[in-house]
Amino acid sequence: MHELSIAQSLFEIVLEEGRRYRLERVNTIRLQIGALAAVVPEALTFSFNMISENSIASGALLEIETVPVVAHCPKCDVLCEVENLVFLCPECGEPLFDIVSGRELSIIGIEGETGEEDGAG
Amino acid sequence: MAQVKVPIVRNILQANERLAAENRRRFDEAGIYVFNLMSSPGAGKTSLLERTIDHLSGRIKMAVIEGDIQTSYDAERIQQKGVQAVQINTDGGCHLDGNMIQQAMDSLDLAHVDLLIIENVGNLVCPAEFNLGEHDKVMIFSVTEGDEKPLKYPLMFQTSSVLLINKIDLLPYVDCDLSKVRDRARQLNGGQEVFEISCRTGEGLEPWFVWLEGKVRERQSRRSARA
Repeated sequence: MHELSIAQSLFEIVLEEGRRYRLERVNTIRLQIGALAAVVPEALTFSFNMISENSIASGALLEIETVPVVAHCPKCDVLCEVENLVFLCPECGEPLFDIVSGRELSIIGIEGETGEEDGAG
Repeated sequence: MAQVKVPIVRNILQANERLAAENRRRFDEAGIYVFNLMSSPGAGKTSLLERTIDHLSGRIKMAVIEGDIQTSYDAERIQQKGVQAVQINTDGGCHLDGNMIQQAMDSLDLAHVDLLIIENVGNLVCPAEFNLGEHDKVMIFSVTEGDEKPLKYPLMFQTSSVLLINKIDLLPYVDCDLSKVRDRARQLNGGQEVFEISCRTGEGLEPWFVWLEGKVRERQSRRSARA
């Protein structure tokens, strides 16, 4: 359900970046979403499509890349991928608190069109 | 038409993160310890607050922000205990966010408060994603919900510093294996404080009160050290 609030925040960022780069259309929005984030990509896309109607981002494709959960083990001083949500070091069994990735909710790029002719700017 | 690719690296929830950081600054300046209480509906959040208020009132000044989709029923339950409480109705929204807390704070007198409890909307998913500026996330899981819940709602268990396992008086009547709950929660969050309690009988609450009072006193001593 909270995908709607996330989509609203995303929409505001897209409009802001769109103004900054003078985009007349946004075709693709690239996102990184951590595997641990409580976000359903379909629900996010659905909400975004609804919110962005009649805007420069109307019909834009959300390209969502899932980021694996990675944590740092302080004892072994290694990074390990957390599989099946077991936050224990596979080497020594210590609990892993230092989550390096997997909670991302980031926009990493947008692709679109400016009103300028090709090569003009 | 010129096609452009624009690289951007921004956290989508940055607006909320900024508000949460502002809230945190206000809490710290006032020397208030704040926890964000989360659980599924009916796990016992308001009952825990009532027990906690009864135990700590007189020694610790408390205030409560109640989040619910509708009604001011919970805030009224708390006010009957003589504690300041403000109700936020999210009107369908499934979680509280930093902005709602900022507005709610303005209707509380926080000058002499030591402990602020934020009771989130009953929901095991969405509240975990939105920071409010709290010092700790505290979750209640009740044994009637089933021992597979840590597996189904990992983010809530992963982000909560404290896990209160409530309704242990009902254990004889439900198929909930406490050791499975503990093991699964430990795999998600090995540093979590776990308390097994019954808000109905009062069993197991003492260690929680001690832990909480310790957190409040720690904030107070930082405040007096600065003064």
